[in-house]
Amino acid sequence: MRHSLSLQIGPVAFRIGSAWRAPLEALAHLYQGYPQPERICDFTVRLEPERPWRRWLRPSVAIAGDYVLPDAAPMALAHGLLAAEMGMNLQMALGQKSYLLLHAASVEKDGRALILTGESGAGKSTLAALLGERGWRLMGDEFALLDLADGRLRAFPRAVSLKNGAIAVMEAEVDADRFGPVLAGTPKGTIRHVRPNKRALAAMAEPARPALILFPRFGEAAAARGVGQAEVFMRLTQSSTNYVALGGAGFEALNGLVAACPAAAIDYPDAATAIDMVEGLWEQAA
Amino acid sequence: MRGGRLVAAVLRAPEIAARLAGEEWNALIAAARAEQLIGSLACRLDGHDVPEKVERLLAAARRDAAQQRVQALWEAEMTRRALAPLGIPVVLLKGNAFHAAGLAASTGRFVGDLDILVPRDSLEAVEAALLAAGWERLKEADGYDDLYYRRWMHELPPLIHRTRDRMIDVHHTILPMTARPRPDADALIADSIAIDGGLRILAPADMIVHAAAHLFADGDLAGGLRNLWDIDRLLRQFASDPAFWGQLDDRARRHQLGPAVARALRLSARIYDTPVDRAVAGRDRLVDRLFAARLLARNGWGQPVRPLLRFAFFVRSHWLRMPPLMLARHLWVKARG
Repeated sequence: MRHSLSLQIGPVAFRIGSAWRAPLEALAHLYQGYPQPERICDFTVRLEPERPWRRWLRPSVAIAGDYVLPDAAPMALAHGLLAAEMGMNLQMALGQKSYLLLHAASVEKDGRALILTGESGAGKSTLAALLGERGWRLMGDEFALLDLADGRLRAFPRAVSLKNGAIAVMEAEVDADRFGPVLAGTPKGTIRHVRPNKRALAAMAEPARPALILFPRFGEAAAARGVGQAEVFMRLTQSSTNYVALGGAGFEALNGLVAACPAAAIDYPDAATAIDMVEGLWEQAA
Repeated sequence: MRGGRLVAAVLRAPEIAARLAGEEWNALIAAARAEQLIGSLACRLDGHDVPEKVERLLAAARRDAAQQRVQALWEAEMTRRALAPLGIPVVLLKGNAFHAAGLAASTGRFVGDLDILVPRDSLEAVEAALLAAGWERLKEADGYDDLYYRRWMHELPPLIHRTRDRMIDVHHTILPMTARPRPDADALIADSIAIDGGLRILAPADMIVHAAAHLFADGDLAGGLRNLWDIDRLLRQFASDPAFWGQLDDRARRHQLGPAVARALRLSARIYDTPVDRAVAGRDRLVDRLFAARLLARNGWGQPVRPLLRFAFFVRSHWLRMPPLMLARHLWVKARG
């Protein structure tokens, strides 16, 4: 490929090739300060023109790589950074077989991990990003990696993907130089990425023992309820992209996680309330 | 070395892996994944001296292959249960057959759809039994594709299982009805071999004939490096029987697939160093180089390369499948769709 870049994110190294320079420049800027990647990469991502002439003419970026979804819609070149991010997500979702993948955010304190999971729009990314600025270590906002062998959580601190209203919340919290470009008019609205802080990057190789699972839901009056193990198990199978593909090993890992962690569903009207609720439940779980 | 060539070289002689540099490993892994050969490669390199990171990636690929094997066997068993009341022979084809019979070709092999062969006069009953057991139609019933399959193809339109999300292709012969060679489907079934568990596999020579037909007398050779690796593994295993090459020659003629089988042997020898009987394989042909180039047309980023060559083989695949007038009509319908 014409342009290429490698990134190390937690235990996973990506090799990203692109037909255009711009998406990789944006990526390199956003991922400043990440550790030197391993030479041998876990996954290859490709950003390539949908048709040969679309490199110059109304450029459109097709997301390709080791693992691809058939019929994925190509994206505008202006959203090339987002295409690269989606390409990395796709490799993890379809190709990662060394960890049980939970579609969840996670943060760490005192070597123990809090897992936040829920539907898209539940606010887990924003909540994790805020906690990451207030005394916790951000482990990741998109995927939590559960080690099949030892049941510990591995950090996967990609740039946090903020959507719409969450962008202003974090802009008030974080230095401007940690932000990526504003990507307006994407299929998910306006998106802006923010780089996790130095502490999250410095500790990305350190695993943590899962201690609490929360199912946050934004936009409701404050309420918390305990969630039974059977329900937690079912909800986590639904939020995992590779539970079925891992077979018995996935079942064992998930069973171990559910047996070891208390869980609660929390509804919250705003970020400040959510953070108070999280801290309270964390103290109870400790 | 380019991606496709590198994959073939390491499959052929895994000891060369000790000399690969970092960027070559990236190319090898990306190309092997693109060709769906990563599981086979991982098993081939098991026990060889590779960098620690590579070992972790290959170990994951081997675990994944083992899990795919479980799923393939389970899918075959579910199909057996659905069809058992019909009392007909059900012959597993391709990857599922290799796994169910424990052939060397199953080592690390990826399995996609389940392919079975049944007698043509039981097709309706088989389709009804599968629909009753949870499989669903993927193509719109009575649409162009559906009718095309039923009238001209060697298989039913694909069915997919509602909850397990796995596809099944039910064949009644091994080439489209429109292809020029007419394989003897009755002989394929009559000489098939029962395996443990109540299913059947093709006899060794027929298995090679089918693999060769699939690769060289049908289709555009996409993913062909994997299919040719199957042929290499099968030939090496079957050739331990001294009568095998003679049987293969007989069966290839019987199914009117002598040229495809000969080409399969030559290409397997060319790309994977397979020991073959030259009396069956024939002399090397110049055009074999084009086939080899097409099979290896993949770079170290996992991208297909040589677009003109690939397009030529795409055109060839349609030419093999359909007489010209029918092809014209087919392309007309597809272009309007």
